[in-house]
Amino acid sequence: MSATGRRYASAAGALALVVAFAWLVAQQPLWERALSAIFPGSANPVYPGVTLADLVVRHLAIVGFSSGLTMLVGIPLGVWVTRPSGADFREVVAAAVDFGQTFPPIAVLALMVPILGFGLGPAIVALFLYGLFPVVSNTVAGIEGVPRTLVDAARGMGMGRARILLTLEVPLAARVIMAGVRTSVVINIGTATVAAAVGAGGLGDPIIRGINVQNFAYVLQGATAAALLAVVADSLLAVTERLLTPRGLEA
Amino acid sequence: MIRLTEVTKRYGETLAVDRISLEVPTGEVSVLIGPSGCGKTTTLRMINRLIEPTSGLIEIDGEDVMSVSPEELRRRIGYVIQSVGLFPHLTVAENIATVPRLLGWKRERIASRVRELLAVVGLEPAEYAEKYPRQLSGGQAQRVGVARALAADPPVLLMDEPFGAVDPLTRERLQAAFERIQREVRKTVVLVTHDVDEAIRLGDRIALMRTGRLEQYDAPEALLDHPASKFVHDFVGADRALKRLGRVRVADVMRTDVVMTADGTRKIDVAACSGGRFVYLVDDDGVLEGWVDCRVLAAGTPAEEAGTRVDWREAAATPDTTLKDALSQMLGLGFRDLAVVDDRGRLLGEVSLRAIEQTMSGSDAHVSNLAEGEVLGAPADTGEGEVE
Ligand SMILES: Nc1ncnc2c1ncn2[C@@H]1O[C@H](COP(=O)(O)OP(=O)(O)OP(=O)(O)O)[C@@H](O)[C@H]1O
Ligand SMILES: [Mg+2]
Repeated sequence: MSATGRRYASAAGALALVVAFAWLVAQQPLWERALSAIFPGSANPVYPGVTLADLVVRHLAIVGFSSGLTMLVGIPLGVWVTRPSGADFREVVAAAVDFGQTFPPIAVLALMVPILGFGLGPAIVALFLYGLFPVVSNTVAGIEGVPRTLVDAARGMGMGRARILLTLEVPLAARVIMAGVRTSVVINIGTATVAAAVGAGGLGDPIIRGINVQNFAYVLQGATAAALLAVVADSLLAVTERLLTPRGLEA
Repeated sequence: MIRLTEVTKRYGETLAVDRISLEVPTGEVSVLIGPSGCGKTTTLRMINRLIEPTSGLIEIDGEDVMSVSPEELRRRIGYVIQSVGLFPHLTVAENIATVPRLLGWKRERIASRVRELLAVVGLEPAEYAEKYPRQLSGGQAQRVGVARALAADPPVLLMDEPFGAVDPLTRERLQAAFERIQREVRKTVVLVTHDVDEAIRLGDRIALMRTGRLEQYDAPEALLDHPASKFVHDFVGADRALKRLGRVRVADVMRTDVVMTADGTRKIDVAACSGGRFVYLVDDDGVLEGWVDCRVLAAGTPAEEAGTRVDWREAAATPDTTLKDALSQMLGLGFRDLAVVDDRGRLLGEVSLRAIEQTMSGSDAHVSNLAEGEVLGAPADTGEGEVE
């Protein structure tokens, strides 16, 4: 198959996965039947009051906001420390994002509540900080992986710094940057379940409630949906990564 | 014209370039050569301000380069580096279009310029324009690098070891291509190399550097004949007469009145030889296929057996080949005469060992004698071994 053909095929595959997931999530009766079958002793195996689809949408909102913020801040931050103006801050930024990832998000949540109250606010801050590391470090690695001789050739032909960044360094680093985004988002989907602890909602709700009331059908419900969501997001981002890889770099 | 006046570049304690003054006349090629670390690259990169001089003046056509913004200056100066530096995510055409795009040329003008340049550097536009750099061989990439540097028709070209990273045969072809292009476009060129033969072949002048200082700046002949110091003498090497052959092209000494036939060996007899040593066999397009040795023919051998079939790519020179390369080709093949073909293999003439010898003795009798002893003793022709 041609390179273009492979690109389309993988994009189509990922889209099919998204559609299948959306369909599955919307089949509330199917979930009810399946959970009743797995937990025959349970009186109410299905998380009440809200459909799985609503939980998924809420989860996506949390992930979307926090990961969006991560990219919005992380990519420019990573680029900046590779510039002469930001080079001095490189170690500081590296240490800070590293700390952001090692610091347990559940603790960040707890610390944020007094400042931001319960709900979406602390969840987004915690997840944003937690996801920065792979985005920033991959951005730095991607930009620094662009051979110096290419930047040199570009300067020698009279390209300015901004143009070199936008037309040479970023396109050549895009694949590596995207790989960082992918890692960050996939981790975020799993980690976002703890956001339910501060009342942010999402797929963490049935998990936490299930643990509290000893109803493992709830836990299974939330965990399965979150895991499937992570798989789907991963494949979608893998395709994006591929589409962002310049043709000339394909094997 | 490029003029450097007392140009110095200091890195802390190191004097990378130490008060260099030199002039490159418009349309000429000056070659910077010298041991590793002597300051060649630094000198070159100060001309387009990739490196800022510590002191001194650099002018292009009388204008101080420091008076122009670096970007604007660089768009007027072609720049070729050893690693080529083609952008891997862009096609060959897009790579060549880099500077014209920066200059805001119209789409059609860029497209036609790209086609024109690909042809100039010897790459078929239809075949190569849409390829990506990873699909090119080293030599092809280097050609694209040269095309990219020439794209906006800059008056000045800076080349840092442009033919350094390729095999000797490809290097020879690139040098020949460069000479041909330079004859047409007449750029003011500063070229850095490690290779004395390349400097002698391509340079109108050679600047020999040593630890940041300019040792001698002269025409290649002058450098060979009148080295300014022992360092220059040693750097150029002992085989100066042989090196001098690197200044002369096959085109200057070849005979064009050779006998050739497109009818194969059948009709060839001694009468067909008419004085020459060989009757050359060509195809209908004039492409060299082999030859018949008249002496063997005269000894009574039938033409079919006296014939030698060859691949012109291996057993012929081109008019741009230097006599030095032609000589080493002759020695390698054991020939005293070498067919001369164009770049598609069509027979143009022949160059003889005698003609090369005469060129040598014209400049240095001693070496000519030396060649007599060594070269003429070598088995002549295709190994029939008349000197056994
Ligand atoms: N950025 C720099 N900082 C410090 N010293 C430098 C720098 N660039 C070059 N030098 C020194 O300046 C001297 C000249 O370097 P340059 O690259 O011009 O040499 P060159 O003649 O091109 O060598 P080569 O043949 O190996 O390419 C060397 O001693 C080198 O170590
Ligand atoms: Mg150098």
